[in-house]
Amino acid sequence: MTWWQNLVEDFVTNFVVDNRWKFLTDGLAVTLKVTAFSVVVGLLMGFLVAVVRTVHEETGRFKILNAIAGAYLTFFRGTPVVVQLMLIYFVVLGQWMGVTNKMLAAVLAFGINSGAYQAEIFRAGIQSVPRGQFEAGRSLGFSYTQTMVTIIMPQALKNILPTLCNEFITLLKETSVAGYIALQDLTKGGDIIRSRTYSAFMPLIAVALIYLIMVLVLTYLIRRLERRLKRSER
Amino acid sequence: MSDNSNVIIKVENLVKAFGDNVVLNDISTNIYKGDVVCVIGPSGSGKSTFLRCLNLLEKPTGGHIYFEGNDITDKRADVDKHRQKMGMVFQQFNLFPHMTILRNLTVAPMKLQGKSKEEAEAYAMEMLGKVGLADRSDSYPSQLSGGQQQRVAIVRALCMKPDVMLFDEPTSALDPEMVGEVLNVMRSLAEQRMTMVVVTHEMGFAREVSSRIMFLDGGDFVEENEPREFFTNPKSDRLKSFLSKVL
Repeated sequence: MTWWQNLVEDFVTNFVVDNRWKFLTDGLAVTLKVTAFSVVVGLLMGFLVAVVRTVHEETGRFKILNAIAGAYLTFFRGTPVVVQLMLIYFVVLGQWMGVTNKMLAAVLAFGINSGAYQAEIFRAGIQSVPRGQFEAGRSLGFSYTQTMVTIIMPQALKNILPTLCNEFITLLKETSVAGYIALQDLTKGGDIIRSRTYSAFMPLIAVALIYLIMVLVLTYLIRRLERRLKRSER
Repeated sequence: MSDNSNVIIKVENLVKAFGDNVVLNDISTNIYKGDVVCVIGPSGSGKSTFLRCLNLLEKPTGGHIYFEGNDITDKRADVDKHRQKMGMVFQQFNLFPHMTILRNLTVAPMKLQGKSKEEAEAYAMEMLGKVGLADRSDSYPSQLSGGQQQRVAIVRALCMKPDVMLFDEPTSALDPEMVGEVLNVMRSLAEQRMTMVVVTHEMGFAREVSSRIMFLDGGDFVEENEPREFFTNPKSDRLKSFLSKVL
């Protein structure tokens, strides 16, 4: 047999026989679902924490909330996401609350983890808006909150949009450890095929390529977005 | 001019310190309705800080500021409400870069004074016309020159129909050839009897337009006089030496 025939046979065994390709497509669906929900959780967490920390820095309010936010950032940026995932699935949900929903555990773990990074992105965004903008808003009679919402936030969001989208790409790739709690995401799907066919190359390369294509598409979209934002500036 | 009913801002024993650094040292003065007060002095003399204390962008360390009879340094005072009546113009313009010129002018009247869009825009366009920028209403701030931006910033403050206008070195960040157009707008405001407090280095403007000049040095009001006396007959040595350097 030539190497080409080998490759074709390998392909058929791994993807066609027993409809094994379905492990990949089903896994991809799970990966996309986990990522999408995690993005939402992360945005909420990140935004709230950034607001708490910024308000505390400027006004001294929210003392207790700020301490909680500080602890949250330290823990979730200081420990591996796999460990957090298992803690949430086995301990927090499983042991303490009697819940065994893998999808929920994954969304919480990846979302809360990503939120810790997004909080710092949001905060940097708020700080990137010149102080004079804040003063101009206040001098017109806007309250602190009105100034933040009407004047600071729109500029901050525009500044951080590309960075934020890069964080979503990171998040997409990080969900590949979901297999640690036996959630059948894309990576796990490829791994299951490997365990059935005893061939590693074909399923793992397929998994890698699917991630790569998704990342490339997202990167392309971000670059277009960046160019668009720059155009409206001048 | 000096009867009490005409006092629009009353400053009483104002002290401002940043840590151990006392920037304003027990300052008292009155700003009267229709006054055009220029505050001059060497850099670091506290004149910008003084101006920023008037609308509480800087929180005074001690003393009181009364605006139209209300103690705005009181904890219970609704500062946001009072600021609506005190327009401010900054050295760096501080227009909102994400909004068109028209939106810059209407956002505060609409959100804070409940003006309808039509009403706010009509007034904004009228005011914009007065400073010769009616054709730039759809532009963004970054598409305007510095002088144009500062004129818009003045109009933005005026759209709130303030009772007093505060200017913090409004021409210091401008190219020399743009200073004139901004000073002209301010001059015509003064002619319309707008109450103005102007921190400036423009001695010509202070001499021609102001009703009163205050000289601030080292956190104290050293001398205060009507412009002619101020320039031709300075009394303190500190003012004499300052004028000899800038004139």
